[in-house]
Amino acid sequence: MSDDARSLAATDGARVELEDVAVSLGDTDVLEAVSLSVEPGEFVGLVGPNGAGKTTLLRAMSGSLEPDRGVVDVDGAPLCERSSKAASRLVAVVPQNTRLSFSFDVRTVVEMGRYPHRSRFSPPGEGDRTAVDRALERTRTAQFADRPIDEVSGGERQRVVLARAIAQQTPVLLLDEPTASLDVNHQVETLELVRELVAEGRTAVAAIHDLNLAARYCDRLVVLSEGGVLESGPPEAVLNRDVLDAAFDANAVVTESPVTGTPTVTALRATNAETTVPDRIHVVGGGSTAASVVAELAAADCVCTVGPVASGDAAAELARGQGFETITVEPFAPLSADDRTAVREALEAADVTVVADLEVGAGNQLLLEELAGRESLVVLEDRPFAERNHAGERARALYERCRGRGVVASPTEVLEAVAEAAARPEPSRTELEADDD
Amino acid sequence: MFRPGRLVSWSVALSALLVGVVIASAALGPVRIDPLTVSRAILNLAGVGVHEVPATHQTIVADVRLPRILLAATVGFALAAAGTVMQGFFRNPLADPSIIGVSSGAAVGAVAAIAFPALVPIGSVHLPAFVGALVTAFLVYAIATEGGRTPVATLLLAGVAIQAFLGAVISFMVVHSGENLREAVIWMMGHLHRSSWGDVGFALPVTLVGVLVLGAYTREMNVLLLGEEDAQHLGVSVERTKLLLLALASLVTAAGVAVAGVIGFVGLVVPHMMRLIVGPDHRILLPTSALAGASFLVIADTVARVGAFGLPIVPVGIVTATVGAPFFLYLLTSREVHAL
Repeated sequence: MSDDARSLAATDGARVELEDVAVSLGDTDVLEAVSLSVEPGEFVGLVGPNGAGKTTLLRAMSGSLEPDRGVVDVDGAPLCERSSKAASRLVAVVPQNTRLSFSFDVRTVVEMGRYPHRSRFSPPGEGDRTAVDRALERTRTAQFADRPIDEVSGGERQRVVLARAIAQQTPVLLLDEPTASLDVNHQVETLELVRELVAEGRTAVAAIHDLNLAARYCDRLVVLSEGGVLESGPPEAVLNRDVLDAAFDANAVVTESPVTGTPTVTALRATNAETTVPDRIHVVGGGSTAASVVAELAAADCVCTVGPVASGDAAAELARGQGFETITVEPFAPLSADDRTAVREALEAADVTVVADLEVGAGNQLLLEELAGRESLVVLEDRPFAERNHAGERARALYERCRGRGVVASPTEVLEAVAEAAARPEPSRTELEADDD
Repeated sequence: MFRPGRLVSWSVALSALLVGVVIASAALGPVRIDPLTVSRAILNLAGVGVHEVPATHQTIVADVRLPRILLAATVGFALAAAGTVMQGFFRNPLADPSIIGVSSGAAVGAVAAIAFPALVPIGSVHLPAFVGALVTAFLVYAIATEGGRTPVATLLLAGVAIQAFLGAVISFMVVHSGENLREAVIWMMGHLHRSSWGDVGFALPVTLVGVLVLGAYTREMNVLLLGEEDAQHLGVSVERTKLLLLALASLVTAAGVAVAGVIGFVGLVVPHMMRLIVGPDHRILLPTSALAGASFLVIADTVARVGAFGLPIVPVGIVTATVGAPFFLYLLTSREVHAL
């Protein structure tokens, strides 16, 4: 039997179950009635705003804190009824901050993970040595195993602490912000490793600040807010605007990452409550400017229509993700008659039309003609028009007409600009005609 | 990484040093005796064979010098071991064996017995000193403990407060000690003259047992250096271990202080020195510190006893402080002191 197989056997099936757990620290009730169960082979991410009780919940799960009410069951029996050694053979913790400011070498620190497995007078056995070696390898800390811990970088230190927890060979792994001090590459590496450990049958619970990483790696997210579980479920189900608003008081949009296919949360600036935005807005344009405009409008509870936009464009993806009607066209193709009708209908239905840093090619000259006849226009500009114009003088004249009629603003001021455009009185016919000349 | 072989070689080397230092010290004094004769006399005393040694030399070595030297070794062993434990326990490089007031408590007992023999009619200074030390340690622990937990910071501050209070009590007694003033002051300076085999018989067993048990808890000491919460995650029953470490370190310190008075700097400097040499791992640090402490105090007491370098004969506490304090400053300034 290989050592891997043995460690696998040692990590079979520990269920963590919290029932009605309440913890108060001093006079503050940090957790109130938290019930949660985590199955073997499941990776649960605890997310929530600062002060929501993530760390406290982990401390209760590890037995560091005894709940004022409720029970924490691990592997079928309350944790507090086990000896500390027995408990630490079941649950390993990767804390957020570990005091390691003294010169133990890295290997010695990882060896400390074997403490609960060894009796007082026995020397370390073969199993201890392999567990330590394996943990060093898996966390890629083996190459500096002989360096003093106070001479390695913060990120490396974090991985050493993870190695220590792995050497502990417990069925349950609790991690408090395991990626907090890691660079992008090591964040991913660390969470990939946790996933691997979970695939071997371990149960993992991690407090993770980064919602995108949490969504990408966890089987289930538990959103904590004000000392309770606000929502729990698969990331796609849990991460939505309403939950983010309720938990974080955040104005955020959730999109699907084109790379990982997992939910990606983008926080937007807080909506100004004073700005009243009309319900229905049509957005013209593509690329990241249009996408961020759609996101901000969506976050402000507007219903948008978007188009024409090239299929596969960031704005098109985002709009579709929000369930907005989108008129997609082939990139660079001239606007077809059907599409032109669709655009015209959308423009007519909209209270305000936003032209977001529009790139003008020969294909959408027609579009500019449509726009130039509209009222309630908002023209958002990031780059000068000359850089975006590939259709010559006629397009420039049409665009100038749009600018003259509409509210011109930078893309970051979209909400204010839309509100202003909506509030403008409809121009009289004569003014329009005068404008036409 | 901990290698048992490294522990063995360091222990053997430091034990050999200790034996050498003991023999050299026994050879020095008003009557010079050559080391070979000293060794023979020691073997005679230990009952290992019968060797020919002049009777006066046998008496000087076995009855006069050796008890004092062995007592110095015992006290140095005890204080350095206790200092190592306390520095790790408090994660504070300035911790010494008396950080929770053990020495002050011992001094109260001893000075009371010296200054007011009528009130404390025991005849011996050791017992009241030993009891005073342990009562103080227990008191500080009890004050700092609340709801089954003893925060290290509270313990430290309670120790400081109790020491300040006991300092006042001691000063009061010293002021009113009349003709016993000199003796009280000498006791408090730390002294090893007038040592007897009886003193050794008292301090050595307590120290050996205490340090041996502490030796079984070196892994816990290492893990506790990570902080109490981490230690608990790794399966150490934190409060129980803390109580045990504190009790044993105090016991060992009390045994040393009771027979030799307040000898400073041994418990502070020696663990530091050894940490620089062998590293912070208590599995090797504790035994090597204890052995080095034994040699250190024997050397210091030899200087105090013989009056080397043209110095007058002084209590050993003065020697350890004169040597220890500058050495400590040297460590602080010249090398990177491995922070705890």
